Amino acid sequence: MRSKSTRRLRRQVALHAVLGPLALVWLFPLWMMAVFSTMPENGIFSPEIELLPSNQFWANFQALQAETGFLRTLFVSVVVALVMTALSVMLTSMAGWALVRYRFRAKWLVTALIFGTLTLPYFVVVIPQFIMVARDLGLSNTWFALIVPPLFNSLGVLFMRQAFSMMPAELFDAAQVEGVKEWQIFTRVAMPMAKPTLAALAIILFLASWNNYLWPLLIASEPGMMTAPVALGTLIGVNRVSWASIMTGAVLLTLPMILVFIFLQRFFIAGITAGAVK
Amino acid sequence: MRNRTATAYGFLAPYLLIFASFWIWPIVYSFWLSFLATRQLPWTFRPEMTWGRLPQDPAFLNALKNTLLILVVQVPVMVALATVLAVLLNSQLLRARGIMRFAFFAPVVVGEVAYAAVFRLMFTADRGIVNKLLEGAGLPTVDWFSNPTAAMALIIMAVTWRWAGYNAMIILSGLQSIPDDVYEAATLDRVSPFRQFLFITLPLLRPVILFCVVLSVIGTMQLFAEPFLITNRGGPGGATETLGLFLYRQGFTVLNFGYASAVAYTIAGLAVLISLLNIWLARDRA
Repeated sequence: MRSKSTRRLRRQVALHAVLGPLALVWLFPLWMMAVFSTMPENGIFSPEIELLPSNQFWANFQALQAETGFLRTLFVSVVVALVMTALSVMLTSMAGWALVRYRFRAKWLVTALIFGTLTLPYFVVVIPQFIMVARDLGLSNTWFALIVPPLFNSLGVLFMRQAFSMMPAELFDAAQVEGVKEWQIFTRVAMPMAKPTLAALAIILFLASWNNYLWPLLIASEPGMMTAPVALGTLIGVNRVSWASIMTGAVLLTLPMILVFIFLQRFFIAGITAGAVK
Repeated sequence: MRNRTATAYGFLAPYLLIFASFWIWPIVYSFWLSFLATRQLPWTFRPEMTWGRLPQDPAFLNALKNTLLILVVQVPVMVALATVLAVLLNSQLLRARGIMRFAFFAPVVVGEVAYAAVFRLMFTADRGIVNKLLEGAGLPTVDWFSNPTAAMALIIMAVTWRWAGYNAMIILSGLQSIPDDVYEAATLDRVSPFRQFLFITLPLLRPVILFCVVLSVIGTMQLFAEPFLITNRGGPGGATETLGLFLYRQGFTVLNFGYASAVAYTIAGLAVLISLLNIWLARDRA
């Protein structure tokens, strides 16, 4: 009995001896992001190894704001992410509902087309999207350009189809017999029952939009319509603001998502893993 | 049950409208574009200027070589690491589980630009924190941005940092769907934990791991922001130029849409091919 518990203890020590240092290495970039953002401009490149935060965050942020109007870019990012998420959740829910609830001829074709794009590299569509929005429609630097083309995703339909198909169809049929309109069955009965899935989907879509880089970089380069990641990207490698100021921007981009992750971890992990486990 | 088709399309219409205009049409259009010479107007059908040019373009071949190199090193290392992480994070013996999981899962929410900025700053050759730490430990410092091998290693490290936890999260959810009694039986039969991992866990995880490999292959084939921002446009001297970056240059700097479309379809074709190869290699041989 004693040998068994000794072995268990040894195993436990070994586990932490491997995982602990690795976890520290993994936390290091995020920790240093926070530390750098609080350092005086000349502190980052001082000869000493400095691993603890200083107190210059506010000054660094003011320098960033003065040079780039960073708050405006954050505002653009928030609006785009919120509107994009709301619209995309709505569209994909309706589509998922249609695929579960109704039988129609071209259903297999629609389903195959939607899921056929699940693993399609984005590069295959981004060039025509750019030609269409920027050149043909002349809509660069508009809310439309930032929000509408990224609306489509097949993951949302996959999630919602899954959620709706696990609900009892008799419930919807009963409502129908009562004379409830299909639209109301969808909004009043089905959608409220799908809340956990909707939450997971919304978080994933918001995160994707918040961090989206390539499309906004291509389509919105004017100061007033730049998203925060694009604005931050333009500062890397040029000497417009100090590295400490760039780090305040990185912190402002990252911290909200870290908080979302901490407080809504359950939905978040459900969203990431839902595609995999079915 | 009358008029179901109309109702169905009513629900589908807004989604299909976006789908058709921003995905289906572009998929078809960029395929057509990939045969057009687009350097001057009018665009003409000259596949020798796009598909024909690809195998002779040293810049493309360099980007292809770099992308495949990153793929061959980074994907296996990362998926193996993610598998080990998932198993360790799932252990009953683990203390401080919340912090441990946070350490590896947090990078999943960090945007490309933010993490690229931090990595570029940390690895600065002259008095960057990584070199300072190396020096402090009595090790030689590395010129991360002017040494081609080091720059490549940096890109691989950065991508691994960003995505290992994501894959571990997926594998962990796969682990948790394995019933406990399988392990209980094995433990009663005095099968060591390592052999349990080898002969129970790994075979049962095969579909999930394969899913991660396919996702990672598709992601790596499209690598763009990291070489764009961390190694400053694929530097030094194109040593970290990837297909994604090459496409960006051709499509959106030179505005050669036809050539860029051929690159896009090359990326898609290779991603499909490599994924199928993996699926074939991992097929059930029973």
